Amino acid sequence: MEKNRSVQELEELANILRQNVIKILHKARSGHPAGSLGMADIFAALYFKHLNLYPKKPKHPDRDILVLSNGHICPVMYAAMAGKGFFPKDELLTLRKAGSRLQGHPHREALPGLETSSGPLGSGISQAAGMALALKNDRKPNKVVCITSDGEHQSGNTWEAVMFAEKYGLGNLTVIVDRNNIQIDGNTEDIMPLKSLREKYASFGWGAIEINGNNMKEILVALHKSMQPRKHPLVIISHTTPGKGVSFMENKYEWHGRTLSEEEAMKAVEELEENRGKIL
Amino acid sequence: MSLNKHLFTEKQEWKSTRNGLGDGLVEVGRRNKNVYALTADLGGSTKITKFKELFPERFVQVGVAEQNLASVASGLAHMGKIPFITSFSVFSPGRNWEQIRTTICYNNQPVKITSTHSGLGVGEDGATHQALEDIAITRALPNIDVIVPCDYEQAKKAVVAVSKTEKPAYIRLNRQKTPLITTKKTSFKIGEAQVLLEGKKLAIIACGPMVYEALLAAKKLEKEKVSVAVINMHTIKPLDKKKIIKYAKITKRILTVEDHQVHGGLGSAIAETITQEHPTKMKIMGVKDKFGESGPYQELFKKHGLTHNEIIKEAKKLIKK
Repeated sequence: MEKNRSVQELEELANILRQNVIKILHKARSGHPAGSLGMADIFAALYFKHLNLYPKKPKHPDRDILVLSNGHICPVMYAAMAGKGFFPKDELLTLRKAGSRLQGHPHREALPGLETSSGPLGSGISQAAGMALALKNDRKPNKVVCITSDGEHQSGNTWEAVMFAEKYGLGNLTVIVDRNNIQIDGNTEDIMPLKSLREKYASFGWGAIEINGNNMKEILVALHKSMQPRKHPLVIISHTTPGKGVSFMENKYEWHGRTLSEEEAMKAVEELEENRGKIL
Repeated sequence: MSLNKHLFTEKQEWKSTRNGLGDGLVEVGRRNKNVYALTADLGGSTKITKFKELFPERFVQVGVAEQNLASVASGLAHMGKIPFITSFSVFSPGRNWEQIRTTICYNNQPVKITSTHSGLGVGEDGATHQALEDIAITRALPNIDVIVPCDYEQAKKAVVAVSKTEKPAYIRLNRQKTPLITTKKTSFKIGEAQVLLEGKKLAIIACGPMVYEALLAAKKLEKEKVSVAVINMHTIKPLDKKKIIKYAKITKRILTVEDHQVHGGLGSAIAETITQEHPTKMKIMGVKDKFGESGPYQELFKKHGLTHNEIIKEAKKLIKK
């Protein structure tokens, strides 16, 4: 059933993820909205169509693995996990509160369904590669998908992992880069230019494709391509609009790590509600 | 506990603890097909070449990339493997400390961090390669066991022991050869300190290569009719508090010796227990807030006061207090 979800249904689900991101970040009073909103379409595609997940049995041996390297966009992952049934939706409102399983940056041991703890940038691909190597050596078919930010490609650890994944021929590994061109202190190309990530990955031997990460059709085509048998790891450079779906937040790096006032949150949810069903 | 019968005789055997890692890994690799060995371009030095030959698919070479070394191992562990990462202490847990903290300890993954070159014992390579801070930075982390074996046999047993625990561990090893103090039959349990010699006036608590120096000092003091206990504190974390308090009560004086900074290592760990649970006179011997340098390790130990003669001097001072 889920595997047959249409583009339109997935867009609707992405819209709901965005509304929940706004609501829970407003309630939490701190957190990172821009990347969460920008990646909502990809999270909708992964959680509600692409990945084999077992919300009632999160450690199921046949599950696909999703590693979130840039842990600060966990609000959108939590929203997707709740939507998928990993935990009750009401619990989303506990984000960042004392005693919550929804830590400000994900804690693997706190919440079933998380594959790792993350927050410090640059080590997600390494972990995903370790998991992919174990699965490959054990001749298991599970897919490993790692979501990364563009900013963390300034970290040396990322490139150590990129070399490693190619050396070990990890064809079961797909990395998705959120290429939104912003990071906490400004625009990536001002802070430390990354230039063409596709060319960089390709020169390391990876398969590399670029998509509009806010276009559901392009996302689905790329994810479908990632499932074809291959000998090399694959990167999907996803050009996204930070703050996507909320006009006053789009493309403004100031919203990387700033939360919304009551008024802003209401305005944002209203706008998302109005645009439901429309292609943004 | 009975010591190796050849100790202090002409037949005394010398072997490095890093060879204990290599041989121990082969043993656990045979028993358990989930055991992996990883290295960051130091497989020859860390003695895991034999493992590589026997189990090529379970040998992972990451190149000069210690951050990747730690995080790849975390990923392997998440899929049910038991990865041993091998390097020098300055690089791992030195360079990759944050990856060890987040991806191994916070994740509580059973990655075994094993480092074969630590302390002044590295010798000629000099200060850049002489880790004197690694016990401090690892024992500060939750979830991890920190082990400093005193000889080859113990290193081998430590490798076997950590392969059976479902949590992170750090094993600090040495490049240089040290005498075999224990035997194949000596028991080893993580967190259970070994009393090598009983004594009444003072307890010397040491780890790693300093255990032998402590024993030499105690033997000489014995000839002078000074009764000194020697404890091999092979596990710094979890610390055997019971035994520390017991000997603090018996001897009323504790002298600690380690090939590590005096800040944050074995001595500090013991002082944390002593000051809070049974205040006792104490002296911490180690490297005093200095970097090492190149030279034969015996000379470096001498320069930094880490020899049995210095231990005897400090022991006498402490007993007079």
